[in-house]
Amino acid sequence: MNVVELKNISKSFGNSLANDSIDLAVKRGEIHCLLGENGAGKTTLMKILFGLYSQDQGSILINGAEVEIKSPRQAIELGLGMIHQHFMLVGRLTVTENIIAGREPRRGILIDYAEGMRQVKELTATYQLSVNPGARVEDISIGEQQRVEILKALYRQAEILILDEPTAVLTPQETGELFAVLKKLKESGKTIIFITHKLKETMAISDRVTILRDGKKVATIATSATSPTELARLMVGREVILRVKKAAAMVGKTVLQADHLTYYHKKNNRQLEQLSFVIKAGEILGVAGVEGNGQQELEELITGLSRNSQGKIFFKGKDISSWSIRERRYAGIGHIPSDRLKRGLIPDFNLEKNLILGSEWQQPYARKGFLDYKVIRENSKVIIERFRIKTSGSQALVQDLSGGNQQKVIIGRELRREPELIVAAQPTRGVDVGAIEYIHKLLLKMREEGKGVLLISAELDELLSLSDRLIVLYEGRIVASGNTVDFTEAELGLLMAGQGRGGVKNGPTE
Amino acid sequence: MVRLNKLKDQQGIIFNLLYSVVAIVIALLLGGILIYLSGHDPGKAYYHLVYGAFGNSYNLAQTLLNSTPLIFTGLAVAIGFQSGLFNIGGEGQLYWGALATAVTALTFPHLPGLILLPLALLAGALAGGCWGVIPGYLKARTGAHEVITTIMLNYIAILATTFLLRNYYKEAGPVDQTPLIAESARMAELIPFTRLSWAIFLGLAVVVLSDYLLKKTSIGYDIQAVGKNSAAAEYAGISVPGIYILTMGFSGAVAGLTGSTLVLGLFNRFITNFSPGYGFTGIAVAVLGRNRPWGVLLAALLFGALEAGGMSMQLYARIPADLMRIIQGLVILLVAAPAFIQLLVGSLLNRPGGGAK
Repeated sequence: MNVVELKNISKSFGNSLANDSIDLAVKRGEIHCLLGENGAGKTTLMKILFGLYSQDQGSILINGAEVEIKSPRQAIELGLGMIHQHFMLVGRLTVTENIIAGREPRRGILIDYAEGMRQVKELTATYQLSVNPGARVEDISIGEQQRVEILKALYRQAEILILDEPTAVLTPQETGELFAVLKKLKESGKTIIFITHKLKETMAISDRVTILRDGKKVATIATSATSPTELARLMVGREVILRVKKAAAMVGKTVLQADHLTYYHKKNNRQLEQLSFVIKAGEILGVAGVEGNGQQELEELITGLSRNSQGKIFFKGKDISSWSIRERRYAGIGHIPSDRLKRGLIPDFNLEKNLILGSEWQQPYARKGFLDYKVIRENSKVIIERFRIKTSGSQALVQDLSGGNQQKVIIGRELRREPELIVAAQPTRGVDVGAIEYIHKLLLKMREEGKGVLLISAELDELLSLSDRLIVLYEGRIVASGNTVDFTEAELGLLMAGQGRGGVKNGPTE
Repeated sequence: MVRLNKLKDQQGIIFNLLYSVVAIVIALLLGGILIYLSGHDPGKAYYHLVYGAFGNSYNLAQTLLNSTPLIFTGLAVAIGFQSGLFNIGGEGQLYWGALATAVTALTFPHLPGLILLPLALLAGALAGGCWGVIPGYLKARTGAHEVITTIMLNYIAILATTFLLRNYYKEAGPVDQTPLIAESARMAELIPFTRLSWAIFLGLAVVVLSDYLLKKTSIGYDIQAVGKNSAAAEYAGISVPGIYILTMGFSGAVAGLTGSTLVLGLFNRFITNFSPGYGFTGIAVAVLGRNRPWGVLLAALLFGALEAGGMSMQLYARIPADLMRIIQGLVILLVAAPAFIQLLVGSLLNRPGGGAK
């Protein structure tokens, strides 16, 4: 029995077709993954189902009956619930208040909080979603906030839950807990649609999977009858090498040395404490950690965007702690920033201008402060070709490129400067599988060419497959460090959550 | 809409120009209706508008004369805007420029014009520039918003120059003004009896220079990078506070030249409260010119033409001054509201069915 059926759904934004005649059938009581790269049309399709967008053509059937869903309110009445990527919660209100908001149990004209609390407790007990109904939302963890979102949907009697990339913000442990919750929900008869671009999760959680590519449906298959390799191929449209092969490290001299690096932030007092590590030529040092444990601060300290309060940073033997950003760049530190659009690019500038960002005073692009557009254009042509950037040309605005291509612009620009050290922060975030594969290759190539790489990433797979050595950050401290081969994924997850045994794991970092 | 946007990307300048012409035509049509409704003859009114602005060499000179200060003040705002700063302080900066120029010219009356003129201009630019650097510095160091600080500095500038004039430089007599500057320091008239001086060429030169600076130099690149994404500029090693200070200095200097050229080319002295708000009109000129140097030039010419033509419309077609202001306002409103015209033109171009949803 199909509980949701989408027939021939199309939706265009301007002249780009986000959904192209998509059919989708979801059975009652299954976990159905919607798999696709960024921009494949997954979220658009689900927003149509949830009444946030209206389709240009096609029909929606819920429990076999054709319906027209014009608003989320209507969708909720039909038994749908959507958990968005970005939570829609009020931080200063309690869990219960957030859940009952808009549908409060009443006594007279007053809200009956006691009754609300009772109902929420009942829900948490039924579905084993552990969360304290009286706690303020701003005080609970991201994983718990997500559970509140799920509870909100359940409170509104949702039978069909749509989760949009729910694991993007979670630690591995929290992901495990979420999957347990989802299985529990499935047992109690709920239907779950799970949007993701991660192959591993699809394999782990789903009963069936529908793959979208470029707004079109590629296939719907039973998960038990497929493999990650096949899914990747269907998703990208060509063979993808999922495991990177890398040669043994040929380690050279020390490129970067952090010596008891400490950073206090005035505003939110987040800090880095006593970080010491080295990066040698020809190796990749990975930084693991749940976001917000000091990775961004580390990225900014090394590149000069902020200054360390104590300690020293040595680059090729020189203390660069007091150097400006420009001095560090000129000296040979490249930077792939974690926030691509905010830091790394000027979306309003065209490609060729973005490709000289940071080099605009340097030869050969400029002579005595006068830009040489002939050289700049030539440079842009070379980078577009070498890094296979998909664009209409040097004059295209960077904001019109896809996420993956924007990232290639940054990487192309930074590598073109031939840095000795590259600080790569979340280099594959929001980038599709094909581009991830390519970016990984580039980072490994840098390593082979004898450069140092500081890889800060929230993706454990990426860290484990690329890094030679790892440090784990938790609340601004290094809680573990060692050779990558000595860590298992489970161990790393625990360490990132602050539950590890700590200490140095086999082998020195200094 | 989509097709239109594409067109805009491909031929930005031509499109903007075409679009502005359409906007002006629509504004004049609307204005015509208003003139008709108020019991005047639109045909006659517009004849005098056009004739008064371009009809003969004298009228054309009046258009250019009215445009000149607006080229400078418009450019000043546009330059600030390139680094994301909204310089509302043009008015104050031009007063300092005017006073500095007048005082320089009065202090060295015996210098030959060839030296005195550039010196007086330089003094004006420097004074305006320094006045611009203050809000730039405050923004860079303390984050004080430049809109607030420049507005406040306007009051200080206008009153301070008045104070200085009355106490130190005032010519004897009832009017608050300096004595006339030496003949050698005056900018020559281009066409006799029109009061149009070659200050307009100086304006043109500043347009060309700013355009070149922004497009072809590293510092121009840095200014625009800061304006379009200051976080990315910082990432690239550009000193964002430094650029703020520099841009405001540059912007203030150009605004200061407004005062200088008015003193050297028109009044030949400094008079209190001489500006009818050139600094503020410059904001509208910059918006109209899309914050690009050449756009500012065209916008300033349009303003000058409306001013000169409006005057003759008022004189010969007996159109009340208020109505004339309304028409000027309509032109600015429509040219400055691209989305509105785009909608209008878009629905005409795409016809039902072909449009974007």
